[in-house]
Amino acid sequence: MVTVDTAATASESTRSTGDRRRGIRPTRGYRVFQAVNAVVLTAVVVLTLYPFVNVVARSLSDEGYIIAGQVNLVPRGFNTDTYRLVLSDSLFWTNYRNTVVYTVVATLISIVLTTCYAYVLSKKQLRGRTTLVGIAVFTMFFSGGLIPNYVLVTSLGMKNTVWAIALPNAINVFNLLVMKAFFESLPVELEEAAAVDGLNTYGILLRIVLPLSKAIVATMLLFYAVAFWNSWFAAFLYLDRQELWPVTIYLRNLIAGATGAENVGAIAEADEVQAEATLKAVTIVLTTLPILLVYPFVQRYFVRGVMLGAVKG
Amino acid sequence: MTSTLRPPPPAPPRAAAQSPRPGPRPPRRRRSWRQALRRDWQLYSLAVLPLLFFLIFRYLPMIGNIIAFRRFKPGGSIFGDYWVGLRYFRMFFTDPTFWEVFTNTLVLGTLTLLFCFPLPIMLALLLNEVRTRRLKRFVQSVSYLPHFLSIVIVAAMVMQLTSIDGTVNQLVQAAGGEAVPFLQRAEWFRTIYVSSEVWQTVGWGTILYLAALTTVDDDLYEAARIDGANRWRQTWHVTLPGIRPTMVTLLILNVGSFMAVGFEKILLLYNPLTYPTADVLSTYLFRMGFGSSNFSYAAAIGLFEAVIGLVLVLSANLIARRTVGTSLW
Repeated sequence: MVTVDTAATASESTRSTGDRRRGIRPTRGYRVFQAVNAVVLTAVVVLTLYPFVNVVARSLSDEGYIIAGQVNLVPRGFNTDTYRLVLSDSLFWTNYRNTVVYTVVATLISIVLTTCYAYVLSKKQLRGRTTLVGIAVFTMFFSGGLIPNYVLVTSLGMKNTVWAIALPNAINVFNLLVMKAFFESLPVELEEAAAVDGLNTYGILLRIVLPLSKAIVATMLLFYAVAFWNSWFAAFLYLDRQELWPVTIYLRNLIAGATGAENVGAIAEADEVQAEATLKAVTIVLTTLPILLVYPFVQRYFVRGVMLGAVKG
Repeated sequence: MTSTLRPPPPAPPRAAAQSPRPGPRPPRRRRSWRQALRRDWQLYSLAVLPLLFFLIFRYLPMIGNIIAFRRFKPGGSIFGDYWVGLRYFRMFFTDPTFWEVFTNTLVLGTLTLLFCFPLPIMLALLLNEVRTRRLKRFVQSVSYLPHFLSIVIVAAMVMQLTSIDGTVNQLVQAAGGEAVPFLQRAEWFRTIYVSSEVWQTVGWGTILYLAALTTVDDDLYEAARIDGANRWRQTWHVTLPGIRPTMVTLLILNVGSFMAVGFEKILLLYNPLTYPTADVLSTYLFRMGFGSSNFSYAAAIGLFEAVIGLVLVLSANLIARRTVGTSLW
C-alpha cells in the first residue's frame, strides 16, 4: 500500500518543502533514492505494526497452533474462548477499574500542581523566580534514587494507597517547562488589563489565563494520563494486595512466569505454556486496546506538546 | 545637522521613570523580598504546594541517601541509625558482581546511545524527503504508536516474538536454523533490549528533528544548489548543520539517562540466566534492596549511579557549550 502510494503520487505533489527548494525535475539518482526511501519507510511501518498484528492473531488462535509455532499474521483455529475467560475474571475488572481510578486521581493532582507552578514560573519579574526554576530543573538530572524514595513513601504510611502512585510523581519537570513556555508566550497586556479591572492573581489565572490555555491543559492532561495509565513500577513496589493492583500488574504477573527463575524449565513443559500462550496474548490485547482506540484522536496533541517544549526547552 | 542644535526634547519614558524619585532614595533597585512578598503573595501562594512536592518527594530522598553512609534498619529512622562511613562503598568496590554490573550498565548505555540517538535523525531525514504529505503523516502516526504503550506491554510483546514458538524463531527455522529460547540466552539479551528500545523510541524521536527541519532556511538550499551541490551534499552541508542545535540538545539529554538504562524494561525482561549481560546497576540495587533487604548497600549503589549520571550530564553540557556553542543552560 505504501509503496504504490509513493510511486503514484511522487510526480503530482508539489506541496511538500522538498520540491520547492530542490528544483522540480528529479534526476535519475533521486528517483532511485525515492524508491529506496519508500522501501525503508514501508519496512518501518511493517516492523512497527507487526507485533500488534501478531499478538491479535495469537489472541484469537487455538493454543495448539501457537505452541506448534504456526501463528504469525493470521489466527489459526479461530476462537474467542480465551477472551471470554479473561473478561469473566473479576480480578481483571477490579484491576482495570483501579487503573482508571488511579489515572484520574493522579492526573488531576498532577495537572493542578503543574499548572500552578508553571504559572508562577512564567512571571518574569517575580523575585526568586530563577531559584524556583532551578529547584525544579535540578531534579531532572539528579534524583534521590529508588531506595530513599521507597523508605520515604513507606514511612509516610502511603503503602497500599493511591497516594503512593499519585504523589511521588505528581510533577513531571518536562511537562512543567512546556507549560511555563506556553504561559510565557501569552500576551501580558491581557493580564495587566484584568488586574486593572480588579481581578486578583487567582482570578486572572482562572478566568483569563486558563481559558486561553485550553489546548495546552488538554495536552498536559493527556501526557499525564498516559503516563499514569501505563505505569506499573510504583504499583509493583507499593501495592501488596491484588485487589489494589492496576491492570499493568495483572499483565506483568501473567508474563513474569515466562522469565522468572522458577519457570526457566517451563518451556519444556508444554502443558503450562499451553494454558498461558493465548491467555497472555488476550491480556496484552485487552490492555492495549484503550490506547489504540484513543490514539488516532489524541496523537496530534502529543506532537504539539513536544513541539511546544522544543520552543524553550 | 539642525536637529543636534535644538535642545533635546524631554524623553517621556525616562522622565516618567525619574519623576517618582522624591529625594535621596536610589533609583529603581530590585525590589526587596518584603516588597516582593507584599506585592506578589498570591503568586507565591500558588507555588507552595508544588514546592512542598519537590521538597518532600525530590529533595528529601536526596538527603535520604545519607543512609548510604549510615546503618539503616527497616522500621528505624528513615535517615539510618548510626554512621558507618564509607563501609558500603568499600563493600561494593570490592564486590566482583558490582563490576560486572557496572560494565553491563556501560555497555547497554553505550549501545542504546549508539542506536537510539542517530536512528531518529535518519528516519526524520527520510521522512523529510517524502513528497506526499498524507503518506508522510501516515508513517509518522504509525511510528509514534509504540511510544504510548506501557513498558509491560512492550515486554510482553518482546517475550512473545522471541519465544520458542514466536515469529523470530519461525524465521530462524525457515532459514534452516534451530529455534533458540532467546530470552534465556545471555548473549542475546543486548540485541533484544536495544532492538525493543529502538522499536519503541525511534518514531517519537523524530518529532523534534522534523520540527527543526522545517526551520532550515530555503535560501541556503538555493545557494547550495547554485554552487553545484547535489542532494547528498545539500543534506550534509545545509540540513545537518541546520538541525545541529536540536541534535546536541537531545544528545545531552540522552547522556543524562545513560546510567539509568531502561531499568523497568530490564527488570521485566531479564532472569538469572541472562544476568551476565542484563544485570545493570539499577536492577542489582533493586535486588540488593528488596531481595536481600540491604537498604544501605543498595542506597550506596544508587547514590554512586546518580552522581555519575549527574557528572555525565554536566560534562556533556560543558563540552557541547565549548565546542559547538549549544547547551541546555
